Amino acid sequence: MARIVLSDEFGRQFAGGQTHFDLDVRDVRHLVRTLDEMFPGIGEQLEAGAIAIDNEIIPDPWLNPIQPDSEVFFLPAIKGG
Amino acid sequence: MAGYEGKSFKWIGTRPVRPDGVDKVTGRANYGADMNLPGQLTGRILRSPHAHAKILSIDTSKAEKLKGVKAVITGKDFPDMHNGVLPGDEGVNFHYLSCNIMARNKVLYDGHAVAAVAAASAAIAEEALALIDVKYEVLPHVIDVDESLKPGAPLLHDDIFTTGVTPKPDKPSNVVQRVQMQLGDPDAAFKDADIVIERTFKSKAVHQGYIEPHAVVAEWSEDGQCRIWCSSQGHFMVRTLTARLLKMEVAQIRVMPAEIGGGFGGKTIIFIEPTAVLLARKAERPVRIVMSRDEVFRGTGPAPGTSIDVKIGAKKDGTLVAATGEFRYQAGAFPGSPVGAACMAAFGPYALTHVRAVGYEAVTNRPLCYSYRAPGAPLASFAVESIIDEIAQRLNLDPLELRIKNGSKEGTQMVYGPKLKAVGNLECLKAIQNHPINKIPLGPNQGRGLAAGFWFNLGGQSSAVVNIAEDGTATIMTGSPDIGGSRASMALMAAEVLGIDYTKVRPIVGDTAAVGFCEITHGSRVTFATGMAIIQAAEDVVLQCRQRVAKMWEVDVDAVKWEDGHALPAGANAGDQKPLSLAQIAAKAARTGGPLVGSAAINAGGAGPAFGVHICDVEVDPETGHVTVLRYVAAQDAGKAIHPSYVEGQIQGGVAQGVGWALNEEYIYGADGRLQNSGFLDYRIPVASDLPMIDAIILEVPNPGHPFGVRGVGEVPIVPPLGAIANAVARATGVRMVDLPLTPPKILAAIDAKK
Repeated sequence: MARIVLSDEFGRQFAGGQTHFDLDVRDVRHLVRTLDEMFPGIGEQLEAGAIAIDNEIIPDPWLNPIQPDSEVFFLPAIKGG
Repeated sequence: MAGYEGKSFKWIGTRPVRPDGVDKVTGRANYGADMNLPGQLTGRILRSPHAHAKILSIDTSKAEKLKGVKAVITGKDFPDMHNGVLPGDEGVNFHYLSCNIMARNKVLYDGHAVAAVAAASAAIAEEALALIDVKYEVLPHVIDVDESLKPGAPLLHDDIFTTGVTPKPDKPSNVVQRVQMQLGDPDAAFKDADIVIERTFKSKAVHQGYIEPHAVVAEWSEDGQCRIWCSSQGHFMVRTLTARLLKMEVAQIRVMPAEIGGGFGGKTIIFIEPTAVLLARKAERPVRIVMSRDEVFRGTGPAPGTSIDVKIGAKKDGTLVAATGEFRYQAGAFPGSPVGAACMAAFGPYALTHVRAVGYEAVTNRPLCYSYRAPGAPLASFAVESIIDEIAQRLNLDPLELRIKNGSKEGTQMVYGPKLKAVGNLECLKAIQNHPINKIPLGPNQGRGLAAGFWFNLGGQSSAVVNIAEDGTATIMTGSPDIGGSRASMALMAAEVLGIDYTKVRPIVGDTAAVGFCEITHGSRVTFATGMAIIQAAEDVVLQCRQRVAKMWEVDVDAVKWEDGHALPAGANAGDQKPLSLAQIAAKAARTGGPLVGSAAINAGGAGPAFGVHICDVEVDPETGHVTVLRYVAAQDAGKAIHPSYVEGQIQGGVAQGVGWALNEEYIYGADGRLQNSGFLDYRIPVASDLPMIDAIILEVPNPGHPFGVRGVGEVPIVPPLGAIANAVARATGVRMVDLPLTPPKILAAIDAKK
């Protein structure tokens, strides 16, 4: 199962303080849907930010595959100058 | 990314003449303000003289009656927008964006637009502005971020409820968000430290300081189509945002990119384009708006002022054991500060197992806070690098050795979670360590400062087209505005893949109707991401050429290979064939399937983070407090420098801006909340005579996420200079300065206080 890591504030706000989850998910779309079913309302917030899968920050993630041994971090959105 | 490992390049890494150079030095290049259309009107914007006020009424009747005035608009002419961020809105709150472009019920900063006119001449437009009667009820204002965070501060919006805190607040405040990220347990780890240093650092808002003011021309045709000419960091962004704000279909708008005279992040958003479009529609004539310098300072998107606490603990041998930072960032009148990126980037150069970054963002009565090179990172880096230097000083350790000992490298976990892939932080530190500057003895009142910096770099959506002409020359087109030499880089990459001479490739920035979507030019993404699109489009052409030649030779496409601009037999299965050049293949294109056109549309991942390490020598005049920068050396990992001169230019430009940020630049507000220095006489950016030659060292640790190993290079050079200069001043004076900019009066006061 993939290791999923929420930010501290999302963990506090939606998941009773829990930030680390092991989930069986296929891709980012499936992951966000799964988390939103677990913690209603979190999906919209997660989609507004960035994501890192296996140490790579992904722009506009949705269909990107998540492997069983993947590590996924949700991050604040990053703007450049 | 496979295909180019170990390949020796013919064009990548060379320094040919820039394709846009002749037009720029001869004055032929057209910038935003150079566009003129028949029958064009002059647009002018009336701006608030108050930092915070209710708009009680706006009477435009006298202005409308003035001879030569063709249109007057106010906030009532703009459609109402949804107040929030909807899925697919890319994080944009269109209500706030619209209210920033034209105030509705309140003005939120000195310079906030309240009305606009279009008239037959600039003089008439100015006269009309003076005839618009706006009645205000002045409200208390707040500009300093720490003041805005306090309970009881003047409230800017009644719809901002702090996110990232629990329980969710039931009362509005100026505090937009709280963010936190953490590794390990820094509070416990501090107990293992032999030395702990904690300080608070402050800074004021600064402007990007681009030389070209914002300018736009808008024109409507009778069939409801609208054309916009403007300089920006993304004409597709201008099209999308203008369409959304005016409730138009996106394809109704065509945006033509002008040359851009600097942006640095400040032109990644719109300020005047919808106003020009509305005026043009109302007047039924083209309208041109060109901002004055005063308007640029008062009405665009300067970087945030900040208040930052950083605490770092170390062992006597220099091993860092824990670090924490609280980063409080101004947001301007509407949410949008880069505090999240600040938290993520602050400790980037260091491998820390116990670290916490907390960020707060607060709206304030100053213009919208928007991006400026490596948004959020320079000020966070200034605080962290100052403490790192002080630790080295107090422990009597070499600050370079301390940074090498603790430097982040491949496998280091960042405070925001992921681990670094191959990066060049240690390589940059060692390049600086080996530089001759370290052997130059320092004189009286001189100091040497060092700082490291980190920036993520971005990828994202880009499109590209490669058109091969019948003689084998190429026109390549992207939709990425060229703000830092990207056309030369695109041409070099296309030449490399196609195997033709660089001079046979003509790079063009296409308008929104001519080429596929490209995200804004920001985040050091264009040479990386749009370059990747160019590579793929050129590879598409190469594949088509091999297919055409396979038809001519009546062999399978695998029997044809491509080398140095020629199709060759891949082996004996192709028979005894003579090589065919791209020109020869193009000449037969009509007979083999039609024009040779390669294209690519991608959403590029794999951006490689960048590190830079800077060292400088300064001399402080003990009588005046003036700082002279004597020497400056900057080392940076570029992954692969496509055009090294442009990489050096990016490094030197970032340093120049960072030196200005460190020593001179700040928004100065009066007690009335009005900006006091809205011009380059009083807001002093460095000029050539203020700076020494900046020695730029390019390191190349290939980014595994790009075919040629490219990393973005434009952002990170502005991250270390604030810390490097401050550390050099501290070493020269014996006083640790924590309040930017380090102006002569502040330095003199600090020296006097030490006595």
